[in-house]
Amino acid sequence: MTDLIHGVYTEGEKIADTKAPKVPVAGMWEKRKMDAALVNPANRRKLSVIIVGTGLAGGAAAATLGEAGYHVKSFCYQDSPRRAHSIAAQGGINAAKNYKEDGDSVYRLFYDTVKGGDYRSRETNVYRLAEVSANIIDQCVAQGVPFAREYGGLLDNRSFGGVQVSRTFYARGQTGQQLLIGAYQALERQVAAGTVEMFTRHEMLELIVEDGRARGIIARDLVTGEIQTHLADAVVLASGGYGNVFFLSTNAMGSNVTANWRAHRKGAYFGNPCYTQIHPTCIPVSGDHQSKLTLMSESLRNDGRIWVPKKREDCEKDPRTIPEADRDYYLERIYPAFGNLVPRDIASRQAKNMCDEGRGVGPMVGDFRRGVYLDFADAIKRLGQKAVEEKYGNLFDMYARITGENPYETPMRIYPAVHYTMGGLWVDYDLQSTIPGLFVTGEANFSDHGANRLGASALMQGLADGYFVLPNTIRDYLAKGPFPKVSEDAPAVVEARTAVEERTKRLLAIKGERSVDSFHKELGNIMWEYCGMERTEAGLLKAIDLIRGLRAEFWRNVKILGSADTLNQSLEKAGRVADFLELGELMCIDALHRAESCGGHFRAESQTEDGEALRHDDQFLYVAAWEFGDGESDPNQPGSTMGAPVLHKEDLVYEAIELKQRSYK
Amino acid sequence: MATSTKSDPKNMDLTLRIWRQDGPSDRGHLQTYEVSDISPDMSFLEMLDVLNEQLNAKGEEPIAFDSDCREGICGMCGLMISGHAHGPEKTTTCQLHMRSFKDGDTITVEPWRADAFPIIKDLVVDRSSFDRIIQAGGFISVNTGSAPEANAAPVPKQKADRAFQSAECIGCGACVAACPNASAMLFMGAKVTHLGELPQGQPERWARVVSMVSQHDHEGFGGCTNTGACSVACPKGIPQDVISTLNKDLRTAMRQGG
Amino acid sequence: MATTTLSAPTARKTTIALKLLMAVTGAFFVLYVLLHMYGNLKVLAGQEAFDTYAHHLRTFGEPMLPYGGLLWIFRILLLGSLIGHAYAAFTLWSRAGSARKTKYAVLKTAASAQWMRWGGVAILLFVVWHLIHFTIVKPVINVDGPDAAAIKASPYTMVVASFQLWWMVLIYLLALAALGLHLAHGVFSAQQTLGFTQTPKARARAKGIGNLTAALVVVGFAIPPLSILFGLVK
Ligand SMILES: Cc1cc2nc3c(=O)[nH]c(=O)nc-3n(C[C@H](O)[C@H](O)[C@H](O)COP(=O)(O)OP(=O)(O)OC[C@H]3O[C@@H](n4cnc5c(N)ncnc54)[C@H](O)[C@@H]3O)c2cc1C
Ligand code: SF4
Ligand code: FES
Repeated sequence: MTDLIHGVYTEGEKIADTKAPKVPVAGMWEKRKMDAALVNPANRRKLSVIIVGTGLAGGAAAATLGEAGYHVKSFCYQDSPRRAHSIAAQGGINAAKNYKEDGDSVYRLFYDTVKGGDYRSRETNVYRLAEVSANIIDQCVAQGVPFAREYGGLLDNRSFGGVQVSRTFYARGQTGQQLLIGAYQALERQVAAGTVEMFTRHEMLELIVEDGRARGIIARDLVTGEIQTHLADAVVLASGGYGNVFFLSTNAMGSNVTANWRAHRKGAYFGNPCYTQIHPTCIPVSGDHQSKLTLMSESLRNDGRIWVPKKREDCEKDPRTIPEADRDYYLERIYPAFGNLVPRDIASRQAKNMCDEGRGVGPMVGDFRRGVYLDFADAIKRLGQKAVEEKYGNLFDMYARITGENPYETPMRIYPAVHYTMGGLWVDYDLQSTIPGLFVTGEANFSDHGANRLGASALMQGLADGYFVLPNTIRDYLAKGPFPKVSEDAPAVVEARTAVEERTKRLLAIKGERSVDSFHKELGNIMWEYCGMERTEAGLLKAIDLIRGLRAEFWRNVKILGSADTLNQSLEKAGRVADFLELGELMCIDALHRAESCGGHFRAESQTEDGEALRHDDQFLYVAAWEFGDGESDPNQPGSTMGAPVLHKEDLVYEAIELKQRSYK
Repeated sequence: MATSTKSDPKNMDLTLRIWRQDGPSDRGHLQTYEVSDISPDMSFLEMLDVLNEQLNAKGEEPIAFDSDCREGICGMCGLMISGHAHGPEKTTTCQLHMRSFKDGDTITVEPWRADAFPIIKDLVVDRSSFDRIIQAGGFISVNTGSAPEANAAPVPKQKADRAFQSAECIGCGACVAACPNASAMLFMGAKVTHLGELPQGQPERWARVVSMVSQHDHEGFGGCTNTGACSVACPKGIPQDVISTLNKDLRTAMRQGG
Repeated sequence: MATTTLSAPTARKTTIALKLLMAVTGAFFVLYVLLHMYGNLKVLAGQEAFDTYAHHLRTFGEPMLPYGGLLWIFRILLLGSLIGHAYAAFTLWSRAGSARKTKYAVLKTAASAQWMRWGGVAILLFVVWHLIHFTIVKPVINVDGPDAAAIKASPYTMVVASFQLWWMVLIYLLALAALGLHLAHGVFSAQQTLGFTQTPKARARAKGIGNLTAALVVVGFAIPPLSILFGLVK
């Protein structure tokens, strides 16, 4: 056995090839499509594909592959595919249409996305993303997605997330909903046509790998509790992000890492797990009962001014009584050029700094007041209440509903919250993981956003993957099939199935003292404290220890009532939390090993003199792809056998874009 | 059980009567619970979370209820709260906050009741009939990759706005729950109007409405009697006008021999 | 979950088609009720005018139509409408019943559906009584008033004799109240069903028309009996 680095991981071979065609990026996707083998329409029916997830990435792929004539089985844990968490996206979707003639282009979108990702994403994939972005808009409009329009009847755009061109398409504050309903309708059309079989309220709990290929999944019917085996020629995971490892996040209650984690345990590498995006404008926590956090669109920062009191004693006062001279508009002070519009990670970190200094506002949560003011008093004075209402009315209403305060009168309070996970299963140019036949799309993969995601680009990625990229690349794989039929009693299938049954049984048998939620909350606190906005070596090492202890306790002391053969929401949660307890450790290890600051990952040890993030391109210009470390079975953790993970580096090559340090000063 | 010491004078003690039903074949009953020290800043579902933690600690199985986004957009949540779908405010159950209630209140919580939404357990119902209505025709048939340039067909602002307003439906089913006839016309009207206002939706317009309405009836939803209870309950404020459009479209389809 | 999409859906078999039937037959009733009201108001013009009008209804169209022909055509149409209206109503009513077999323990929503249904039944019962009273049997109800022969000879005499009784007026007014409520919602509802209310403005207008029709009918029908009861018409 090789020596452990930092006592927690080992390093393996580099990833040599991402399978991108060896031509300049501009012609690469054309070439890949040209080279991909074709499948005769008559044969498609005989080829089956399992798609886990019905968000933008999964729904779009299922509809498209169904249309093409493949036999698709589609899964989601909600009661309808229309409820995938993509529905919650508010702001918009980017596309290089250049309708505004403001100098936008495929190249500029590509450049902005790579730069926004702090030069930690793969050029080839991002270029393709920018390239197909325009097609997405055409497709969605044809489906009837009601994007915002101008009086002339043409599509409207806005500028979003601090970029200088207007390339964001939107549908009021409900872009995600409208795009998802478009994909959902296309999906239901295929269900009616018989090409897609839909399994709602089904949760994937294991991946089946037979003969080195992904050949199916084990799923639990959440209503009857039945453990089912589903076999196919290829498996696609589009199961979304894992921000809920922090317990509190803007993700849906059910968002989880289980599908990804089970695949990871079966051999799929996990890319950059520690890259997490923390969004600066969320409604602060109001108390211990808090179950999730609500995002408010970033667009609020266009007109609102962010401040905290200069003096700690003022923190409890009515903000309106604090004179101008006693307010600290800290973003405007520190970043005079960008002011309140600095990127998400910077705005978030500074808010945390202010609160850590004891200058936060709002109710005490733990030892701190966790909130800063977002003040529209100036905007209302300048533009009039009516104009502000027109622009932000629905957001203000939402704020008022949740907090019971009127934002037209008192400044809003905001605080950062976990929002998006850039990390995910590692995939090559074809979106194929390290397990042949296992493809990963959308937020579930790691591919396009590097260390930080730009606003309005996750929707773009989900739909690009689902409608245009995956259907072309998976074709090349399927052309080699149909693969030999796998029988339900093949050893690999039985093994996967038994593992799920055992795990379920074991969870119910623990009959301990603590609820699943209490473990989840505790894990969330550890992650937020040590693997959140600012990370240190000592903190991460401590977190790894704490997580291991918590995981051991979980398997000893969790209390789950009810049975396995009916709807049992505690059991569902328990399975998800069990996987989060393993993922959390990997995230900390990844964060620990990356001793640089980049994008959403800020290591306190790596900053400039004035406290800004400092990248180390000489040491860390690579993707960290982690292989699951099969370790010794720990008798204290009967549910988990986690060994030290193995790091595989994929070097990042910048040919089309020149590397630069980000600066917003 | 309920202790009356409150950590904050604004907090509340409440009596809850909640529908418990083990499974589809169980008859079900209303069970009474007491909760105390409920903060007005909690959401209604967070209050139920608190109750569930208590039940779990006592060894009683927690109450099953649906929710996912808890932001009022996914349409997963939905409870009948003291006779109001999604409770007394015009919002979703997950966005209802406890400040809408008073100390000492008794709150009755029931699932959506409609035979087309069979109960799975406790407060969880099966709304897959909505998906089947969409399968029947709630889409525009366009295959991936065959779409024309997005700006090729301008849409007059007025039509775009009405389409958008109708497209805001989140498929929660509150309209059905509140309707004295358990009819899903508001849900269906919203979809028919959304697609029918757009140029892209024209080719399939008349066939769409006939198959959707037929599927609706086949699922066992009631017929509409224009009471408007749906619109009052709808968290997205979908107006009754969409039902008029639905009716008109069906009439046109009939004239065309559909 | 299996999908059970229908193979050959037709518009005619839908619940909306039933509603259309209800709307069209309802509209015909409204027309009839307004004509009827116009006739009733003739009571104010005195015995001769009223009796002539009643006679005229029967001779209208002669000799192309036989005596009472138009009235019979109207009656047949009305009967057909009644059957259609009631058929649609009862079918939808029973559908609604089976669409929610388990009722809510607590429910706070608009009661207008129940009003329409029970109100509709009440109106139907009243109409039966009304027909027996004024059209089919014409019994002597006011024993202190004119005899059977006088009643049969002059509709005016019959009407006036009946409404000199306070309780007759009361029954009549109660029926009117039911009719008013039925119309206020029904007239709006018909417009909604026919698709005339696709904007908030149109919907408000349709509601207005409903209320106005109801008010008009209630007032118009209430004037003659009240005038008789208070001795303004003798
Ligand atoms: C509040 C909010 C606002 C946002 N706003 C924007 C924005 O304005 N612009 C933008 O570009 N991006 C935005 N994002 C990000 C973006 O919405 C998501 O990254 C994106 O929609 C993810 O799509 P997806 O298809 O990958 O996954 P999801 O939409 O999350 O779908 C996951 C699917 O997987 C299924 N699933 C998961 N696990 C399992 C399992 N084990 N078994 C079976 N099924 C499973 C779920 O049922 C679901 O169908 C926002 C995100 C949030 C949370
Ligand atoms: S119309 Fe309104 S109440 Fe009905 S499903 Fe849609 S959003 Fe819910
Ligand atoms: S939980 Fe999504 S709308 Fe309430």
